[in-house]
Amino acid sequence: MTRYSAFAVAREALSYHTGWGRAWRAPEPKKRYDVIIVGAGGHGLATAYYLGRNFGITNVAILEKGWLGGGNTGRNTTIIRSNYLQDSSSAIFEKARSLYEGLSQDLNYNVMFSPRGCLMLAQTQHEVRGYQRTAHANALQGVETEWIGPERVKELVPIINIDGPRYPVLGALWQARAGTARHDAVAWGYARACSDMGMDIIQNCEVTGIRRDGGKVVGVSTTRGEIDCDKLGLVVAGHSGVLARMAGFRLPIESVALQALVSEPVKPCIDVVVMANTVHGYMSQSDKGELVIGGGTDAFNNYSQRGSFHHIEHTMAALIETFPIISRLKMLRQWGGIVDMTGDRSPILSKTPVENIFINCGWGTGGFKAIPGSGWAFAELMAKGQSPLAEEFSLDRFTEGRFIDESVAAGVAH
Amino acid sequence: MLILHCPYCGVSAEETEFAPGGEAHIKRFGPGASDEEFRDYLFARENPKGVHFERWRHAYGCGKWFHAARCTVTLEVFGTYPAQTTEPPQAIRDAISAKRPGWSWREFE
Ligand SMILES: Cc1cc2nc3c(=O)[nH]c(=O)nc-3n(C[C@H](O)[C@H](O)[C@H](O)COP(=O)(O)OP(=O)(O)OC[C@H]3O[C@@H](n4cnc5c(N)ncnc54)[C@H](O)[C@@H]3O)c2cc1C
Ligand SMILES: [Zn+2]
Repeated sequence: MTRYSAFAVAREALSYHTGWGRAWRAPEPKKRYDVIIVGAGGHGLATAYYLGRNFGITNVAILEKGWLGGGNTGRNTTIIRSNYLQDSSSAIFEKARSLYEGLSQDLNYNVMFSPRGCLMLAQTQHEVRGYQRTAHANALQGVETEWIGPERVKELVPIINIDGPRYPVLGALWQARAGTARHDAVAWGYARACSDMGMDIIQNCEVTGIRRDGGKVVGVSTTRGEIDCDKLGLVVAGHSGVLARMAGFRLPIESVALQALVSEPVKPCIDVVVMANTVHGYMSQSDKGELVIGGGTDAFNNYSQRGSFHHIEHTMAALIETFPIISRLKMLRQWGGIVDMTGDRSPILSKTPVENIFINCGWGTGGFKAIPGSGWAFAELMAKGQSPLAEEFSLDRFTEGRFIDESVAAGVAH
Repeated sequence: MLILHCPYCGVSAEETEFAPGGEAHIKRFGPGASDEEFRDYLFARENPKGVHFERWRHAYGCGKWFHAARCTVTLEVFGTYPAQTTEPPQAIRDAISAKRPGWSWREFE
């Protein structure tokens, strides 16, 4: 693998940039691997990466039915923050956020992590109390956040309307170290590093069956033949229920559509991420100048990667009240992803009823920010059978009533 | 945009007039149930990619709950029926079979 550097760019310029090699190989599947990961999204690729980097397990295949990073990882609005309420959530999200800080160096791939800061607006008294509580919880967890008043919000976001008639801005939960990253680059960077360790990323390879023997996994059937494995990791987000069914169990998960949209590009006008959970919308500006906008999910099961139009209308109405300056902007593109929602809005990183099948899912509307931490913890769980960061997120919590309730904490989760 | 038909008041309307209510035909477990039965009743879901049965409420109409058979991939609605039943009526199953031969959902087919 060529190391990417300023020197390499200069050297390749001499041959008009025709000498760059492919970032990852496109191998044929082997008959057998120690570990198979299903799903080459951010979480699957990060899991494979940390299996190799932290545990020396490199006889690994990552199977992807489409193209790598083409699921929710390539469809999300890239908000990265770790100001969650519950200790177990903060632990894994803060681990992820801190890994993001060094990820470009670690992977030798520019993931464009931009710690520009994230504001979660409080627009009702209830939210004021909720976010003050979260700020206190974060202080105890060692996650740096701050409760700020409306004047400070206006300073940070000059284009915001803080005294709207219906939902004035009463303050915000501010995390200065939160931000965004380039979603594709996160998938590509991990993929390149995995391929470099000798792992096989096999695209256009859909898993169609899970072969078991005596309650234990032995391999998978795919559109590119049968492949055996010792351990199997299911990391397929919206398709988790489909894969669980192949393995003979059900999950506490519903798959629904979540949409996002971007405006035409404009000059820089907002350099932080703003989330307005009461009115249901959030916004940031990409390096290209587009305003990146998202809102809520549809409430019915959906695998179509399209959402209902009225959600976009609702989100835009809310954001135009919050940022009147955007009312004349044209929207360029809109798309949807299928997100995997659990009842407590927290993920599942767990063993399953089938021996040696592990599942990492339930990240729903907010798992991009978690990719490095989730991969770190899930790799440990798959390699050693347990992981402190993953422990609380086991499937047992639904039998024991031990929920990690973030739906109350976040209102909207991203 | 889904168009649903309310089997009570006979109105066909856009989804914004209705409120989705999740999976239908869930068997209730209560006192005396095992932990697993109670967990499954509360949380485990079919979440199928394809034929699905679900609950809807005509929220901005007659206010009543009804059931719908729908495809979660194409969003096609196969039919709706009143909620006072523990299984989908034969006419609905036939309507699904005409379009999705060989379908099954839990114990129904
Ligand atoms: C519109 C939108 C906005 C979002 N905004 C944010 C945000 O701002 N911040 C944030 O933190 N999170 C956000 N999220 C959530 C985030 O995108 C996801 O939680 C995260 O990307 C999930 O990553 P993943 O690797 O688990 O899943 P994915 O990236 O979806 O990867 C799963 C992969 O599995 C593959 N697969 C499925 N079935 C099979 C099969 N049978 N065989 C082989 N492969 C299969 C799929 O093709 C897919 O590539 C958003 C999501 C959406 C849709
Ligand atoms: Zn009605």
